[in-house]
Amino acid sequence: MKNKDKNAVAYWKENVRYLYILLSIWFAVSYGAGILFKDFLNQFSIGGFKLGFWFAQQGSIYVFVILIFVYVRLMNKLDKKYGYDE
Amino acid sequence: MDAQILTYIIVGATFALYIGIAIWSRAGSTKDFYVAGGGVGPIANGMATAADWMSAASFISMAGIIAFMGYDGATFLMGWTGGYVLLALLLAPYLRKFGKFTVPDFIGDRYYSKTARIVAVFCALIVSFTYIAGQMRGVGVVFSRFLEVEINTGVYIGMVIVLFYAVLGGMKGITYTQVAQYCVLIFAFMVPAIFISIQLTGNPIPMLGMGDTLVDQPDIYLLDKLDGISQELGFSKYTDGSKNMLDVIAITLALMVGTAGLPHVIVRFFTVKRVKDARKSAGFALLFIAILYITAPAVSVFSKVNLIDTVSEKPYEDMPDWFTNWESLGLIGWIDKNGDGKIQYLGPDRNGGVAIDGKTPDFADGVGKSGERIVTNPSTNENELYVDNDIMVMANPEIADLPNWVIALVAAGCLAAALSTAAGLLLVISSSVSHDLIKKIINPKISDKGELIAARLSATAAVVIAGYFGINPPGFVAAVVALAFGLAAASFFPAIVLGIFYKKMNKEGAVTGMITGVTLMLFYMLKFKFDLFGGGGEDDWWFGISPEGFGSIAMLANFIVSLVVCQVTKETPQDVQEIVENIRIPSGAGEATGH
Repeated sequence: MKNKDKNAVAYWKENVRYLYILLSIWFAVSYGAGILFKDFLNQFSIGGFKLGFWFAQQGSIYVFVILIFVYVRLMNKLDKKYGYDE
Repeated sequence: MDAQILTYIIVGATFALYIGIAIWSRAGSTKDFYVAGGGVGPIANGMATAADWMSAASFISMAGIIAFMGYDGATFLMGWTGGYVLLALLLAPYLRKFGKFTVPDFIGDRYYSKTARIVAVFCALIVSFTYIAGQMRGVGVVFSRFLEVEINTGVYIGMVIVLFYAVLGGMKGITYTQVAQYCVLIFAFMVPAIFISIQLTGNPIPMLGMGDTLVDQPDIYLLDKLDGISQELGFSKYTDGSKNMLDVIAITLALMVGTAGLPHVIVRFFTVKRVKDARKSAGFALLFIAILYITAPAVSVFSKVNLIDTVSEKPYEDMPDWFTNWESLGLIGWIDKNGDGKIQYLGPDRNGGVAIDGKTPDFADGVGKSGERIVTNPSTNENELYVDNDIMVMANPEIADLPNWVIALVAAGCLAAALSTAAGLLLVISSSVSHDLIKKIINPKISDKGELIAARLSATAAVVIAGYFGINPPGFVAAVVALAFGLAAASFFPAIVLGIFYKKMNKEGAVTGMITGVTLMLFYMLKFKFDLFGGGGEDDWWFGISPEGFGSIAMLANFIVSLVVCQVTKETPQDVQEIVENIRIPSGAGEATGH
């Protein structure tokens, strides 16, 4: 029982660490690049897009989708590592 | 073939498909009815979630609204997609592991309290009803525009269809219909977008075309052209926006967190088999939603450029057919304020603004000098043109000269979007009543069969009430949708997140937090949207935050109150803490809960 608990705690810790990392990226692309630093980033452009505007209306959404699939992969691996996969 | 007949054929065919699916997949048990038997695959569930999520407003209005807001439209784009990241990472897997039917189920069990459950049911009902009223109206409006029936007749037709497959099929029925509806709506959205992108930029991918150069001026980027003409006409630069930054952040946050807290979205993740599938289907849901959400801003840019090119400083007599068609439906209005027979479309920097006094133009009989419909409520500024947001998507096929079947397709897509969302909401309402109220509070001894009957009856009642709101729309539908997000953000999100991530969170904290959040949100909304409690204008907003963005403040208040109250009240019982430990682990490994 003790071991089982330890296992669960370690699993949860790693999970929460992933969340911190992924949510930081989530925050950085949307609130950071898309809003707070938009004017600064607008000096640069990719194709016809000013960079800040691109993040706000396009880029952040691409990153959101990628983030979830990265999370899915990370968690599947983590589940296996701790023997929680089904 | 005539657009009208084609529309009847295509819309009729899609309806037959939906009803066929509903009959094939009808629900036999409450588990089927509430969570589709818990056996939906992640990709199908992702599509169904996407259809459920994207309403008539996303489909028709959003691109148009963004076209008029420019950069500020990003609040919707990021807000309504970024919430899925929160949902996938913070809520969906754990709620799936918890393994019950509804959101109030979770709140009630996690906070071991009937009060918490009742507060949650109450919130779920207000959120869903405010949202569904807009949807039924949307169904009616779409019918009336594309099939030329009365709006009310449209609402009745919509009621019958939704009633049929939501009541018969429950979650199982609507899930599989929504998969079909997603395919219809995304196809209908993409086809005109692709054609217009090719026409303007030569690029067949709209989201790239938006950042491409123009076909007729190969050294000028489309967005630069739009920035230029916007400024020339006295609007702010398209890529700059005009809201203050704090408000942009607040609105985006409120929409994101609201999305993650909407019961009809959360409940989708109860329908999959394993925790793993819940994560994956959140990913697929966002992928399918993102296709529309990254195309919409491109459509906004294309249609804004097309609109300005077509109307600005051009004589009214030279306007194309679509212009006068939408004018005759009252969605375009023109007042020749300076009497030159040409259309001036001007923004605030050139003494322009809203062309009319009020929300929509009032028309008088007869025509003006150039043959235009007479508008009786012009404003005093120099802008002469009123354009309804919705035209941007609906008139696209006509503006781009696309064949009639595309117009019919857009009608079918629009109806798919409105019906799928309405059905999803109905289900939340019916399960709130039959499961959370009747089974869990009023009569726990009810049999599965009895509960299923109760679920179907409450779905029927909900359709009737929603239909009533559709026919007699409260004048505040637009305002209440913002309220729905604000309320979801202020009530459910903190309670669920704390319930999972903070083991010691107790019922006193959660209940006072939810009540604080909801009360604050309702107060702010009533004060600034409905002029109660002394009312007030933009200058009186707290910290310059609009009612649309206030959900984020109310949510923070909920978090703070919950945490403070939790510190000074009784500790969470041991067995509840064990439930929390158990839901944190995806497999059966933590099943020792009951010992």
